[in-house]
Amino acid sequence: MKEKDKNPKTNKPLSNPNTQQLFKGLLVGVAGLVAVLMILLAAVMFFAFYDGSVEPGTAVASDSSIESKLNNEPFNGEVVDGKDVATGLVVGDGFELVRTTCTGCHSSAIILQNRFTREGWKAKIVWMQETQGLWDLGENEPAILDYLATHYSPEPPKGRRVPLRDIQWYELKN
Amino acid sequence: MAKPGKHQLTKREQSPKNRRDFLRKSILTTISAVLGADIVHAATMPDGYVPVVLSQEPDAMKGKNPEMIIRSDRPWNVEARPHQLDDAVTPFEHIFIRNNGLIPEDIDASNWTLTISGESVQQEKTYRLSDLKNNFKPYTYRLVLECGGNGRAGFYPPTAGNQWEEGAVFCSEWTGVRLKDLLQDVGIKPDAEYIGYYGVDRHLNGDASKPVISRGVPISKAMQDETLLAWSLNGQDIPLAHGFPLRMVCGGWPASTSGKWINKLVVRNKEHDGEKMTGDSYRMPKYPVAPGDMVPDEDMAIIESMPVKSLITFPKSGAMFDRSKKLAIRGHAWAGEFEVAQVQVSVDFGASWKTCALKKPANRLAWQQWSTDLMFSQPGYYEIWAKATDSQGISQPMVIPGWNPKGYLNNACHRIAVKVR
Ligand code: HEC
Repeated sequence: MKEKDKNPKTNKPLSNPNTQQLFKGLLVGVAGLVAVLMILLAAVMFFAFYDGSVEPGTAVASDSSIESKLNNEPFNGEVVDGKDVATGLVVGDGFELVRTTCTGCHSSAIILQNRFTREGWKAKIVWMQETQGLWDLGENEPAILDYLATHYSPEPPKGRRVPLRDIQWYELKN
Repeated sequence: MAKPGKHQLTKREQSPKNRRDFLRKSILTTISAVLGADIVHAATMPDGYVPVVLSQEPDAMKGKNPEMIIRSDRPWNVEARPHQLDDAVTPFEHIFIRNNGLIPEDIDASNWTLTISGESVQQEKTYRLSDLKNNFKPYTYRLVLECGGNGRAGFYPPTAGNQWEEGAVFCSEWTGVRLKDLLQDVGIKPDAEYIGYYGVDRHLNGDASKPVISRGVPISKAMQDETLLAWSLNGQDIPLAHGFPLRMVCGGWPASTSGKWINKLVVRNKEHDGEKMTGDSYRMPKYPVAPGDMVPDEDMAIIESMPVKSLITFPKSGAMFDRSKKLAIRGHAWAGEFEVAQVQVSVDFGASWKTCALKKPANRLAWQQWSTDLMFSQPGYYEIWAKATDSQGISQPMVIPGWNPKGYLNNACHRIAVKVR
């Protein structure tokens, strides 16, 4: 659907009396539809393939990866102050990858709470792979690490005790 | 899209129904993400975060005070603000939640069983919950449970996990059977060293065969009078989020040793090696390390007794009052396996200290109430700091204690801000 919206050609012919143009537009529309159907079909076959061709009890990743693929729709969420409203994640390079890869098992709140260097994030991913059933991130890993290290890296040192912050002053009654 | 060969995606054995459920949930997830689901607990969520899916597991905030701070909604991790912990016996609404997985659903307490097995039992034995309630003498204790990572937010460089501040601690009243009575009934071998628990919470990755967390304690701790298998919290059935219908309670130790939703115990002839017993989980370096240092696993030791600590629970930070007022402040102090010997407060950043009145614990491993009155001769901004000292003469540090890789055991002094006019 998104693809079609982006393509100005699809809508033009409807307001244009030129039949050739209309025909062209229809063609593009049909082609788009076919493409969408093919993707859907491919997805269905993909799941079917996994359902059938498995050595039982080997890995754990499939559930979560199914989930991640279902989440893998083009992002069209609301963005406020540069953050995706639904997850709170900063929208930037690699955001969609992280949204789809990292919010299948736990909510994004776990990511938002943490701050690591690139090496630190890498270590966390390895830990989840070794102990929590996270799958190999393959060629996506560098982009995911870049995103995490860019937006969720440690802030400057806080010292041994920072001043108290966010004090909500109130009148003490009793 | 992922290439099958490359990512080694293989499927575990699983019923089609589970799979359908999973697909349905995933689709729901996507839909609610698009629609922007109800924002129920938005105010207390981490900065910039709005919960997407609140429907995937029981809502742990039901019955909780809305002022509680939600660190994560899947899994549920929720902590209290210090002033919410003012009661000597913490009520359900103010008890923190630390979950490693998803809360189990559809628990049938009337058919609940507990199986005790492992290398070091004479023979495996299974009890119904009703057997535990009817055939053993019940005991009730007030016990402090504190998350090993309480205070993690204070460490620098930042350490991984929920960024707890002060409120992942509470002291409530537990009723249940003594673990030692149960172990005696089962019969354990002389080589018994450790016990481990298993519960029915569900792994975040959807793999029902993978235990979420399976920790335990040495036999010596299991044999203490106060170590319970409890079915009741503050005189009621244990609430679902806290382990209904049966949980371990090991007061004074990291709360992760007090397993929830327990249906199996193992008596081991060696240190239990269940999920989150090994690696760096709930472990501290055996020697002091520099902030940010890598520490090899073999140099990490399991945390046992929690360190001495205290909280100021009244007034809430931010109080403003006139100079003529005598300020009555109070709170609790606790010290893991030990008793608290002294609590002091300072209004000048530790330059001088005032000793407070301190009550005896209701029973061993319960927190103790302290109180004192303060007068302020000069208007201005003050911080009130509290410092407890245990029966071994060990006090809380004013600065953040030694950094460690997982950010455990931050027992630095609690402080509040007040303004005097
Ligand atoms: C296969 C399931 C799964 C996926 C997918 C997943 N995680 Fe996790 N993650 C876990 C589990 C399980 C935990 C432990 C939760 C707990 O103990 O509360 C965890 C914990 C974490 C933690 C806290 C670490 C700690 O030491 O407590 C961070 C940070 C994190 N995940 C980030 C990510 C990021 C970033 C991604 C995407 C690359 C991701 N996760 C994807 C399963 C997953």
